[in-house]
Amino acid sequence: MTAASAPAQTDKTSTPGALTTPGQHGIKEHSDGRFGFVPVQTRSDRFASVNVADFGEVTGREAVWKLSPVARFTDLTAGDLDGSAYEVQATDAPGVSVEWVDRADPRIGTAGTPEERASANAWTGFEKALAITITGEEAKEITLARADLGDASRAAHTIIEAKPFSQATVILANTGRARLTENVEIILGESANLTVVTLQEWEDTAVHLASHFGSVGRDARLKHIVISLGGSIVRVNPSVQLAGSGSDTELLGLYFADAGQHLEQQVYVNHVGPHSRSRVTYKGALQGQGARTVWVGDVLIGRTATGTDSYEQNRNLVLTEGTRADSVPNLEIETGDILGAGHASATGRFDDEQLFYLQARGIPEDEARRLVVRGFLSEIVQQVGSAALEERLQLAIEAELRGTEGQ
Amino acid sequence: MSVLEIKDLHVSVETDQGTKQILRGVDLSINEGEIHAIMGPNGSGKSTLAYTIAGHPKYHVESGSILLDGAQVLDMTVDERARAGLFLAMQYPVEIPGVTVTNFLRTAKTAIDGEAPAIRTWIKDVRESMTNLRMDKSFAERNVNEGFSGGEKKRNEILQLELLKPRFAVLDETDSGLDVDALKIVSEGVNRAKANTGLGVLLITHYTRILRYIKPDFVHVFVNGRVAEQGGSELADRLEDEGYDRYLAAPNVG
Repeated sequence: MTAASAPAQTDKTSTPGALTTPGQHGIKEHSDGRFGFVPVQTRSDRFASVNVADFGEVTGREAVWKLSPVARFTDLTAGDLDGSAYEVQATDAPGVSVEWVDRADPRIGTAGTPEERASANAWTGFEKALAITITGEEAKEITLARADLGDASRAAHTIIEAKPFSQATVILANTGRARLTENVEIILGESANLTVVTLQEWEDTAVHLASHFGSVGRDARLKHIVISLGGSIVRVNPSVQLAGSGSDTELLGLYFADAGQHLEQQVYVNHVGPHSRSRVTYKGALQGQGARTVWVGDVLIGRTATGTDSYEQNRNLVLTEGTRADSVPNLEIETGDILGAGHASATGRFDDEQLFYLQARGIPEDEARRLVVRGFLSEIVQQVGSAALEERLQLAIEAELRGTEGQ
Repeated sequence: MSVLEIKDLHVSVETDQGTKQILRGVDLSINEGEIHAIMGPNGSGKSTLAYTIAGHPKYHVESGSILLDGAQVLDMTVDERARAGLFLAMQYPVEIPGVTVTNFLRTAKTAIDGEAPAIRTWIKDVRESMTNLRMDKSFAERNVNEGFSGGEKKRNEILQLELLKPRFAVLDETDSGLDVDALKIVSEGVNRAKANTGLGVLLITHYTRILRYIKPDFVHVFVNGRVAEQGGSELADRLEDEGYDRYLAAPNVG
């Protein structure tokens, strides 16, 4: 036990702004033979750099990697990457420009900085960044589709900038082959209202590691939706800084892991501005041998973020034997003056009583299962806000569910 | 003329203390348009009979048979039984998050009929049944049983009974937990279904209260997994006066 009365001079965590009573928080040096090692305690204190050389080799023991199959993508964390421009199909929308810009673009680096090696490797390796710039107050929708990124290990960088008072939905649609590590910067000016949907329907062999950095200005609102259905390993980590006063974010996720699939999302909301609001809701289904999902949800409410309101939750529905769902909510609050902060996590098996009830009304077993899973996931689908995409997602979920038949 | 026949039914369940025998030779025969009340003290096997007819996997049939117009019900899956014309109104209906009542009813109706119902008449039928059961229109868009009160859940069961039009319905303590107004509404629904479709009813209840509103043709008293006595509706009156004490070997404490 660490005694609160231990002499203060043994405290080695005296970084500026650190707690004045670290002993009470269990973060002073322990006397149990851990040789003074103190892991990073506050989420915002993690090491960050755009240079891959600043990060050590990935071992799989790091906090950010310990739930990931790191041996299966060493090319993305340690190898040389193709950072050239690739083929992307973009729909037209008034007030939206899509162009390739070079590394000197002043927006690059304004929304965030890599906190792990795959992200830093992408940052070091990209040659051109795809920039989507949104202007105009009327609502509009644009889809950017990547249909085949090939088998070579690749780096990418994307900037989505919503100018002040602009409004849009941006859909990033991913299909085909890929071995990709990338960063996406999402910058919202004052009072902008932006929805970003990233849709992963990759081929079965694809590996995709993504870090999304959002920076939300005063009174702006970001809705960010991660939908991961296809791919061998898909890891999309959205990190949103609620910088401005009254900024708002809704982070939604839907994932459906089949046999052998690894689908991961590490979500981070950093409340900096006062009166900021966040809602995080991720729902997933797992079926088949080796289906694996990871959800980590960090919420940090900083000292300046007074009057904030936050809630994060993750729900997993386990459909068969042989699956594993990790769910780790973390909530860190540095001010007492908040409206609310909560978190919830639940991972459960299919409820046999629900099945019996539906079957007792004549509905065959496979259809009853589909009905229950569809109902479970529809909470997220209904919030996408694009009718065409919602319908497409329902069909994609149907296709996933048909995969269970005969098992 | 449809008939549901239960012959020498023996049923057990697995418990932590091992296999427990619950039904010990039940014989019952119900014709269409008849109402049979099954009464009895707690633990006599009334609900087990209901769930065994519906095919709940928890209950093991050791011997005996259940025949619907001569077809062996015990060989059917749960959904096949429902499609064959059996219905169980549950004592504790489960919640189905994310599935609206509208979607659920249409899916069930389509499964039972083997084809989707004609949209216009179906919407009219649903509205009419909901009005009859004093269910607000907003029910249709709520998720099945989610956040429903006890009375709302029971009305939702009877709504399904009226719309799915089974040949035989088992009502498992549908009266429990209902106030007198809700009891009347639910009873009207059952009587309406019988009048409209010639439904045969197996009405399982602990109390005689519901029998004031749904008149039984026959009353069977269950004790210790068997029918201990049967008769007409006059038997229910006698039970109301005397209780179940005279069927129990030891005085019934508590």
